[in-house]
Amino acid sequence: MAFDSRDTAAFHGVWVFCEQRDGKLMNTDFELISEGRKLADELGCELCGVLLGHNVEGLAKELGGYGADKIYVCDHELLETYTTDGYAKVICDLVEEKKPEVFLIGATNIGRDLGPRCAARLHTGLTADCTHLDVDVEKYKAFLKTTSTIDVDNTVFEQNTNLKMTRPAFGGHLMATIICPRFRPQMSTVRPGVMKKAPFDQAKADAVVVEKPAVALSKEDIHVDVLEVKKAAKKLVDLIGADVVVSVGRGISKDVERGIQIAEELADALGGVVGASRAVVDAGWMSADHQVGQTGKTVHPKIYVALGISGAIQHKAGMQDSECIIAVNKNETAPIFEVASYGIVGDLFKVGPMLAESIRTLKASK
Amino acid sequence: MKAIVCVKQVPDTSGKVAVKEDGTMDRASMATITNPDDMNAIEAALKLKDETGCEVTVVSMGPPPAEGMLRELLAMGADKAVLVSGREFGGSDTYATSQILAAAIKKIGVDDETIIFCGRQAIDGDTAQVGPQIAEKLGLPQVTYVADIKAEEKSLTVQRMLEDGYMTIRVQLPCLLTCIKELNQPRYMSVSGIVDCFSKPYEIFDFNTLKDDPLIDLDTIGLKGSPTNVYKSFSPPVKGAGMMLEGADKDTCDKLVALLDEKHII
Ligand SMILES: Cc1cc2nc3c(=O)[nH]c(=O)nc-3n(C[C@H](O)[C@H](O)[C@H](O)COP(=O)(O)OP(=O)(O)OC[C@H]3O[C@@H](n4cnc5c(N)ncnc54)[C@H](O)[C@@H]3O)c2cc1C
Ligand SMILES: Nc1ncnc2c1ncn2[C@@H]1O[C@H](COP(=O)(O)O)[C@@H](O)[C@H]1O
Repeated sequence: MAFDSRDTAAFHGVWVFCEQRDGKLMNTDFELISEGRKLADELGCELCGVLLGHNVEGLAKELGGYGADKIYVCDHELLETYTTDGYAKVICDLVEEKKPEVFLIGATNIGRDLGPRCAARLHTGLTADCTHLDVDVEKYKAFLKTTSTIDVDNTVFEQNTNLKMTRPAFGGHLMATIICPRFRPQMSTVRPGVMKKAPFDQAKADAVVVEKPAVALSKEDIHVDVLEVKKAAKKLVDLIGADVVVSVGRGISKDVERGIQIAEELADALGGVVGASRAVVDAGWMSADHQVGQTGKTVHPKIYVALGISGAIQHKAGMQDSECIIAVNKNETAPIFEVASYGIVGDLFKVGPMLAESIRTLKASK
Repeated sequence: MKAIVCVKQVPDTSGKVAVKEDGTMDRASMATITNPDDMNAIEAALKLKDETGCEVTVVSMGPPPAEGMLRELLAMGADKAVLVSGREFGGSDTYATSQILAAAIKKIGVDDETIIFCGRQAIDGDTAQVGPQIAEKLGLPQVTYVADIKAEEKSLTVQRMLEDGYMTIRVQLPCLLTCIKELNQPRYMSVSGIVDCFSKPYEIFDFNTLKDDPLIDLDTIGLKGSPTNVYKSFSPPVKGAGMMLEGADKDTCDKLVALLDEKHII
């Protein structure tokens, strides 16, 4: 039967695109499989992962361990390195054949290249960079109660089982929940680091079904040549996975080197990593992988320390869900204090080292 | 070679942002700017013009006041401007927008030496979807997150940024690129450019200009036709401020650490 994205009743199942680079699964895969499991349970349907690459079948079990029922492994030598053309063709062919109802893709640089291309080809909507997903209206209402100013009990909600895809817009000033009621699959890219990873379950890993669909792909389908894939020379900082992030802002400008050193020492004392505001990255004081915020990374560590960061909305968008926020800023009216659990009005060059010392003293006494 | 640049006028989200009672953005009360990444896209096209003398056309979809932005881009050095504007187009999501822009670009003319430049993403929606969706609608290869471009005879060698490094990619023309801020430093308007910008070709494509193009599916444009709809929108609650500590000396730090310890945070 021909593929018709408007024939919504013909679509079943939740799918997750499982991205791998160099034969390694990405963290977003586990986050999305875990989240996809919840949605599939609410919809009462199957959860499938879609894994593309060359000689990657061995990765399927691990994905099962986070809750996938089935993994489609599309193996082809032309899929060894990511190309938009190759991946989009294989994925769209499979979607047209199997017709999933929901399709989630990690909002990585690759996911955000692939997602829109596929959605345009499949004639369906795509919601970008989502931070929350619901099917059930009651669950959605419970979510709104804690995260919005809406008077939930006195608001009318249309009852449906459409996927409700919530995302920040206008640089975090507004949240929008998007639906795609008339077309399938309902597609969304999901921001890395936001969805919680379920615990790994070996029994589920062993039970996962692996299916290998035929892949129809030839060189002529791909209109680019990937000449080189280069990893960043130094090890990148793992902001998203860190329990503690100590970030510095333009407040270190007086003595950049010393400022960064203070942050490193504090991060060391707390067992965390160093992040930065965009001002610091734009000035070239730290590399882009350190940037927290709307155009950087979203983090929600146990402890986030902001040293000399004013707290612009774009910065807050990436860190305000941290469990405990400590801000040091010499200006008592800095907006960062509006989201801080603890605020100290003072000079980071003085407070930073003292704080590190207090922490070391405490830890030594334990 | 030939360059077509997609630019969008957006509310300046770094300034004061006004939210209306119903939870939608009060665009009218906000300052507008040319989308930052699109400035890098136009600069990339103008650099190509400096090297090869190619023609640069800027195209924007939006309400009539976007003319001001397009004139500024002409003053920077673009040769022609097209404004895609019509009430039927209003409220389009990325799928709908890309159909309309693809039809407009087709009308401007894509030959086998054309490069279409977009910004990576627009700061109002932050979707980064319109570029790849235009490429799909036009059946062209795309490269997103472009941080470096080298032009050759009939191809480009570009750097595409990844989170953990980059890819070097050769892509055949015609193609579409989405540009990031690392690509270049946008130039300013020149004095002679400002003088000339009102005499350069400026066209408006309205609904009637584009409606017969097969790329446009009348069922999937505008607010009604867009595949995605807003179910609810809301402003995030202001997180209650926490505790401001007295002083900024060693005692303050010790007190904070004791509090963190008490609450088992460290
Ligand atoms: C589209 C867009 C996307 C953006 N994305 C991001 C993003 O992802 N992440 C991000 O961070 N920003 C982002 N920004 C930029 C953001 O708007 C702010 O410009 C930026 O976060 C400011 O960085 P800052 O707080 O370090 O600098 P500033 O705003 O200059 O603040 C410096 C602070 O340090 C304090 N200070 C100075 N000296 C000291 C001292 N000795 N001790 C203690 N405090 C001191 C000052 O009081 C001030 O509050 C974006 C902007 C736009 C337009
Ligand atoms: N209305 C529009 N007119 C012209 N170009 C647009 C429009 N909307 C988006 N674009 C282009 O697509 C890019 C990505 O936009 P978005 O998908 O909205 O984040 C922008 O940087 C522009 O280059």
